[in-house]
Amino acid sequence: MRLTVDHVTRYRYDAPVRSVVQSHRLTPSSFSGQKLIDWEVTVSAGIKGARHRDGAGDVVQGWTIAGPVAEVTVHVRGTVDTEDLAGVLRGHRETVAPDCYLRETLPTRIDVALADLASKASGPDTLALAHALSAAVSDAIAYRPGVTHAHTTAAEALALGEGVCQDHAHALMACARSRGIPARYVSGYLFADADGQAHEAAHAWAELHVAGLGWVGFDPANRCCPDARYIRLGSGFDAQDAAPIRGIARGGGHEDMDVTVAIQQAAQ
Amino acid sequence: MLSRTADNLYWIARYMERADTVARLLEVGSRISLLPSAQGYRSEWDSLLQATGMAHAFAQKYGDPVQRNIESFLFFDRDNPSSIASCITAARENGRIVRTALTTQVWDALNTAFQELRQLERSARSSLELSRLTDWTMRHAAMLRGAIDATLLRDDGFNFLNIGYYLERGDNTARLMDVKYYVLLPRVDFVGSGLDNYQWTTLLRAMGAQRAFHWAYGGDVTAMKIADFLIRNPQSPRSLATCTAGLMNHLGRLAKAYGRETEAQDKARHLASGIETATVEAIFDEGLHEFLTRYIAEAAQLANAIHDSYLSGEMR
Amino acid sequence: MSQFNEMYQGSSVRMPYARLQDWVATMPEELRSLKQAEAEALFRRIGITFAVYGEGGDPDRLIPFDMFPRVFSGAEWSKLERGIKQRARALNAFLVDVYGRGEIIRAGRIPGRLVYQNEAYEKAVSGFVPPKGVYSHIVGVDIVRTGPDEFYVLEDNCRTPSGVSYMLESREIMMRMFPDLFRENRIEPVDNYSEKLRRTLASVAPAKCKGEPTVVILTPGHFNSAYYEHSLLADLMGVELVEGQDLFVDGEYVYMRTTEGPQRVDVIYRRIDDAYLDPLCFRPDSMLGIPGLMDVYRSGGVSICSAPGAGVADDKAVYTYVPDMVRFYLGEEPILQNVPTWQCGREDDLKHVLANLPELVVKEVHGSGGYGMLVGPKASKDDIERFRLKLTEDPGNYIAQPTLALSTVPTFVEEGVAPRHVDLRPYCLVGERIELVPGGLTRVALKEGSLVVNSSQGGGVKDTWVLAE
Repeated sequence: MRLTVDHVTRYRYDAPVRSVVQSHRLTPSSFSGQKLIDWEVTVSAGIKGARHRDGAGDVVQGWTIAGPVAEVTVHVRGTVDTEDLAGVLRGHRETVAPDCYLRETLPTRIDVALADLASKASGPDTLALAHALSAAVSDAIAYRPGVTHAHTTAAEALALGEGVCQDHAHALMACARSRGIPARYVSGYLFADADGQAHEAAHAWAELHVAGLGWVGFDPANRCCPDARYIRLGSGFDAQDAAPIRGIARGGGHEDMDVTVAIQQAAQ
Repeated sequence: MLSRTADNLYWIARYMERADTVARLLEVGSRISLLPSAQGYRSEWDSLLQATGMAHAFAQKYGDPVQRNIESFLFFDRDNPSSIASCITAARENGRIVRTALTTQVWDALNTAFQELRQLERSARSSLELSRLTDWTMRHAAMLRGAIDATLLRDDGFNFLNIGYYLERGDNTARLMDVKYYVLLPRVDFVGSGLDNYQWTTLLRAMGAQRAFHWAYGGDVTAMKIADFLIRNPQSPRSLATCTAGLMNHLGRLAKAYGRETEAQDKARHLASGIETATVEAIFDEGLHEFLTRYIAEAAQLANAIHDSYLSGEMR
Repeated sequence: MSQFNEMYQGSSVRMPYARLQDWVATMPEELRSLKQAEAEALFRRIGITFAVYGEGGDPDRLIPFDMFPRVFSGAEWSKLERGIKQRARALNAFLVDVYGRGEIIRAGRIPGRLVYQNEAYEKAVSGFVPPKGVYSHIVGVDIVRTGPDEFYVLEDNCRTPSGVSYMLESREIMMRMFPDLFRENRIEPVDNYSEKLRRTLASVAPAKCKGEPTVVILTPGHFNSAYYEHSLLADLMGVELVEGQDLFVDGEYVYMRTTEGPQRVDVIYRRIDDAYLDPLCFRPDSMLGIPGLMDVYRSGGVSICSAPGAGVADDKAVYTYVPDMVRFYLGEEPILQNVPTWQCGREDDLKHVLANLPELVVKEVHGSGGYGMLVGPKASKDDIERFRLKLTEDPGNYIAQPTLALSTVPTFVEEGVAPRHVDLRPYCLVGERIELVPGGLTRVALKEGSLVVNSSQGGGVKDTWVLAE
C-alpha cells in the first residue's frame, strides 16, 4: 500500500523564546514491510543539526532554532510503501539487545492488577502468549479519548478501564515484561480506511520480542497486529522515550501545541 | 573567557565595593548623629535609610530607626541583601565559583574577609564598636583591591573586575551625594549655613577625601567645590569622572582584545561625555538631584548593555 | 584476624619505610602538633573542603589529613601498575562489547540480565563506538592489601572517580612541610597527573575536530561536594570549568558561551551523572544538562568523558565478572584478584551469607560512599537482624564479602603513633595510551579498629609514595 503523510506540529509561545532545541524521531526506517519513497521534515527557522541512526535502528535528527521566536512549525511530508507482514518487523537493522527492553519505566511499572491480568493469559508458545496478552489488554481497557493524559501510567489506565493507544501500549508492555517477554513502545501513523475505526492518525502500539521471530507488533487499541496501514517511526522504553519530537525552549512563557495529521492512500 | 566567569568576577567587585560604601554610610550616619539637631538623632538615621532605598525593608523588620538596629541591619543582617555581611558572603561565593580565575592572594583576601566575618558574627555585640566594624570592612575592601592590582593578570577578567568596581563606585558616589542634598538637608535655607558645611565635610570624610579636597581646592568648603570634586575632578578617586574614565578604559581594552565594539562602549562614551561637558553651574541649574538621578539611570543602562554584550553569553 | 602492618614486621622495619623510622622517632611532640595545625591551615586556605551528602552541617568541613605517608617500593608498585592497567583495558573492552555485539554474553561468560537490565546500561549509546574505543577514560580502582604480596580489588569506578585532588594536594602540602623527607627518599612525582589527564582527554577528541581540541570540565556547580576538585583540575589543565547552562547545541556542534561569543567545544570531561547530561535523551526535568547533547555526541560532534553508559562496568554485581573479562578479552590471567564475593541474588550464595552474617561485609549493589553497608564483625545484633530482613526482602540488591584484614599504616593519633587501616585508589588514565601516575589516594580509617575509610564516615587521607627504583 502506498501511503502519503502530511503531519504538522505547531508550537506557540505566549512570549517569544530565546532558542529551541529539538530531537526528532520523525523519519521512518526502511525494513521488509516499509520502504521510503520520499520524505521531508522542515522546521520553521530551524537549523538542521546532527543526525544518526541509533541502536534501535531509528533515524534521529537534531534541530536548533535561534530565537527570539513565538512560533515553531514542524512539517513532515512523505510517501511510504508498506506491506502487511502480520506485525513482524523483518529486515530491520538494529543493535540493541532485546533483553534491554525488560527494564521497567515509570509509566510501565507493574502493579498487582497488571500482574494479575498478565498471569491469566496463556498460550502454548511465546507468540500465542503475546497474542493472548494483547487481547487481554484490549478487553481490560476500552478505547476512550480524553480520560487519560500524557503522564497516565499503565496501572492507572487499567484501574480506569479506559484510555487511548498510549495507555494500551504501556499496559501491554507492562504485562509482557512481567511474563519475561521484552516489550517496547512504537510510535507511528495509522491510515484509517473507509471501514476502519476513526482512530487518531498519529498512533502508537507495542512490539514484543518473540525468540526465533524477532520483534512483532501488537496494537491492542485496534485488536490487531500492524499491517499495511501502519507506518512505523521509532521505538523506546515508553511513550516519552519513543516520542517523535522531544524539545526544550529556553526562556519565554507557556507553550501551546497543535497537531494535524493526514494519512492518505496514493496511487501506485 | 566564559561569560559566567566574567559575570562572577564583575559581581565580586560590585559586592565588595558595595560593602565598602555601606561601611562609609554607617560612618556618616554615626557622625551626623553626634550633631545637635532639631529633630534629634533618630530622624537623621531615617534619612540615611531613605536615601539608600532600604528604609522600607528596615521599618518592616525593626520599626523605629534605633542606631543599634541600624547597625545590625546594615552590617550583620543576612535578610538585607545589601548588608556588609551579605555583600562579603556573596563576593566570596562568587570568588569560590571562579577560584581558578583568581590568584592565591586575591582568593586569600576574599576568603579571609569571609572567615573573619564569621568570627565577628560569633562575637558578643557589646564587644564590637561601630568604628571597629566599619574600619574592618574598609580595610578588607582595600586589601582585596590591592591584591587584584598587585597580582592579577591584566587579561579580560581583570577588565571585568574593574568594570564592576567603577560601575558600583560611580553609582555609590552619586547616591551618597544625593543623600546629602535631598535628605540631610530638608530646608533650603540651610544652604550655605554652618550646618550645611559641616554636613558636606562629613560627606567628604565618609569618602575618605577630606584632605584630598583641601589640597585640591583650599579655602572654604562650598557645595559648588564639592560637586566639582565629586563629579568632575579626575584626580578624585571616587568622582564620577574617574569612574566613567575607568569604564571607558576597561571597555576599550575589551573591544581591542576581542576585535569588536558593542553597545556597551557606545553607552560608556555617552555617559563619560555627559560628565566631561557638564559645568558645575549647569549641574546646579539642572538641579543636583536631577543630574544625579540621570547619571544613575544611564549607568544602569550601561550595566544592562554590559550584561547583554558580555556577561549573558547570548551574544552571537 | 592477623593484620599486615605495612611498616613493621615484628620489631623490624620493612624496607620502603626504612627512612621514616628516624623521622617519626625524632620528631618532637610540639613540632608534630605545629605541623598538623599548619597542614590544616593550608588545606583550609586553598579551600579544599568536603561536604557530606545529605548530612547538612558545615559545608566547609575538612577531610582530616594524616602526615604519616603510605609507602610502596618500586617493585610493589610495578606489579600494581600492571594489574590496574590490565583491569582498565578489560573494563573498556567489556564496554565496547556490551554496546556492540555482546560477545561475552553470547559466550555465556556473564548473564545478559546483569548487563542489559542494569540501570546504568544506556540504550542510547548502543551501537556507538567512542573515539579510540574508550568508554571509561579515568578508571579509579579501589584496592586493599592483606599481606606483603596480597592485593585485592574492592571495586572499580568507571564513571567519574573523585578524590584525585587529595592525591595532588596531599603531596603539595607534604613537600612544603617536610622538604627534607623528599630529599632523603627518592619519591616518584605525581604532579604530572593533570598534564597526562589533559593529553588523555585531547587524544579522544572526535574525528570532526581539526586542530587542537577544546576541552572543558562540566560540573554540576559550586554546591557540589567535589567542586573544589573540578576547579583544581580545570586550573591545572588550563581548561574552562563549565556548568550545563554555559554550553548549548547549535547545528551539529556544542558551544560554550564566552565573552567573545560562542566557542566550539570538542571534549567534555563531565563530572555529572548520565541522567543529567541531556534532558532530551535522559531525565526531561534535568536543569543541569545540555539539550541536544546526545544527538551531537552520537554523530561524532563532541566527545564525552567518561562516555554515557560507562557505569555498567563498575556495577557491584558486574564486578564479580571482571577477572572473567580479563581472560575473555585479553587472554591473560588477572594480575589483581577480586575479593571473593557472594551474589545474594543467587540462592546458594544467599544461604551462605545469611548463615555467616556476623563475619561478612554486606553492600548494596548500587550504593556508594559507605552507606547502606553492614560490617558484620563491627555491627550490633540489631543491625545484623535489620540486614537479615533487608536481604530476605530484596536479595538481588546485595552482595557480600568476607571481612578482610586490611593492612595498617602508622598514623598520627592523640596518643602518638598507632596503626590504622588503609585502602588505596589509584587513577588510571585511558586514551590513546594507558597511563598511571605512581601514587593515588590513600584513605585511612582514623577510628581505632575501624575498617570504614570513607571520608563521609570519619576517614582521612594520607600522601601515597612510590619509591623510585
